Amino acid sequence: MATNKKIRILIAKPGLDGHDKGAKVVSLALRDAGMEVIYSGLHQTLDQIIQSATQEAVDVIGLSIMSGAHLPICQKLKAMMQEKGLVHTKLTVGGVIPHQDIPKLQEIGVAAVFPGGTSFEDIIKGINSLFD
Amino acid sequence: MPDIKDILSGNQNAGAKLIRLIEDRDPSAHEVLKALYPHSGNAFIIGITGSPGVGKSTLIDALIAEFLKLNKKIGVIAVDPSSPVSGGAILGDRLRMQRHAADPNVFIRSMASRGQKGGLSRAAKDAALVLDAMGYDILIIETAGAGQTEVDVAGIVHCVGIVTIPGTGDGIQAIKAGILETGDVFILNKCDRPDSDAAEFELNMMISMRPPSPGSWKAVVVKTRALDGTGVKELAEVFLSHYAFLNQEGRLEQKRKNQEGKYFQSLVADLALEKIMSALETSKAYQEALQKMELNGTDPLSAAESVVGGITIGNFKK
Repeated sequence: MATNKKIRILIAKPGLDGHDKGAKVVSLALRDAGMEVIYSGLHQTLDQIIQSATQEAVDVIGLSIMSGAHLPICQKLKAMMQEKGLVHTKLTVGGVIPHQDIPKLQEIGVAAVFPGGTSFEDIIKGINSLFD
Repeated sequence: MPDIKDILSGNQNAGAKLIRLIEDRDPSAHEVLKALYPHSGNAFIIGITGSPGVGKSTLIDALIAEFLKLNKKIGVIAVDPSSPVSGGAILGDRLRMQRHAADPNVFIRSMASRGQKGGLSRAAKDAALVLDAMGYDILIIETAGAGQTEVDVAGIVHCVGIVTIPGTGDGIQAIKAGILETGDVFILNKCDRPDSDAAEFELNMMISMRPPSPGSWKAVVVKTRALDGTGVKELAEVFLSHYAFLNQEGRLEQKRKNQEGKYFQSLVADLALEKIMSALETSKAYQEALQKMELNGTDPLSAAESVVGGITIGNFKK
């Protein structure tokens, strides 16, 4: 049987910030790069994100965060992923992320960080490189 | 590889992983599906289909709420098209069902059609088998499309719900799309819009023009407004009454048998095609024909005939 594998990615916006244009255009760019994007929209609780990632069996969770809460959110989500057995799922973050926070996010276990201004090309390359 | 026991006990992680193997066409999925097959056949499977934008996902969200009130466990498979250009997809149906996203009695799975004809993949059928074996009582398979897709949906579900909205044209649209033969329930969504009474009248008229056959289900029209839940309770009741109808006089059993036969047929076709193609593509004759086409200008029809003409079917006795 010919395998037919594609990268599946959940795009989610945790918390209260209501700016989803970025998440939408990135979703389109990822689709155009041949990925299957599950777009789950605004105001996601971490429970919802975990449940969606589980049921959709995604390879990647892509969070879009503009609120400045990226460190606590990623820390908590990463712990929940561990607890729920999503051990092979990669966590990535984009949005308003100060550069000095990138090492901290990596330490938490975030696989890739795409701060505002990252080109589509680099996002796509970054996500593909997680599966080399 | 997901454990069969985990799936049968309803572990979402295990079930989701198996569905992933199915859609990636991983050969190992077959073994697990075979083991699950005897544990399936308990779920009531509803197909919801209709053109993009008529409100299918919002309607399913409202239906989930109604079925949850009846203590049912609900599985949803929402199929969206893959891009024919990039092969990628945006799967946005889940977006409208967020309020049930964290409910342990609800399992929502988005699925891209991945270019398979009819828009509804075999993967959806096999995913339904997994959710059935996991213990979900009601499965809803959502597909977008008009015309052929409905017919494909009818082949794997017990009840076909077709969603439409007022003001999409006269009754001729309904006849020409051929959807009337397959629909068990017609849902007139966004029924607060003007012309909804006229649309209801036309749908009912269309249904009454179906050739009557004794002992068969008479299609029903239900008006809904999914956004505020108007009519959705009635819709859930109609679905369940159709299920009760099917459970009388062995109708559901008969339907299952027919569908199983078709499933077998399509599996044989798929597996045979794969087996033959993988042998053909690496064969000398195939490469030669390809070369002749490129270098000598042989036409594709003759080239294909020269390859296929070489197949001998020896070991099948009538």
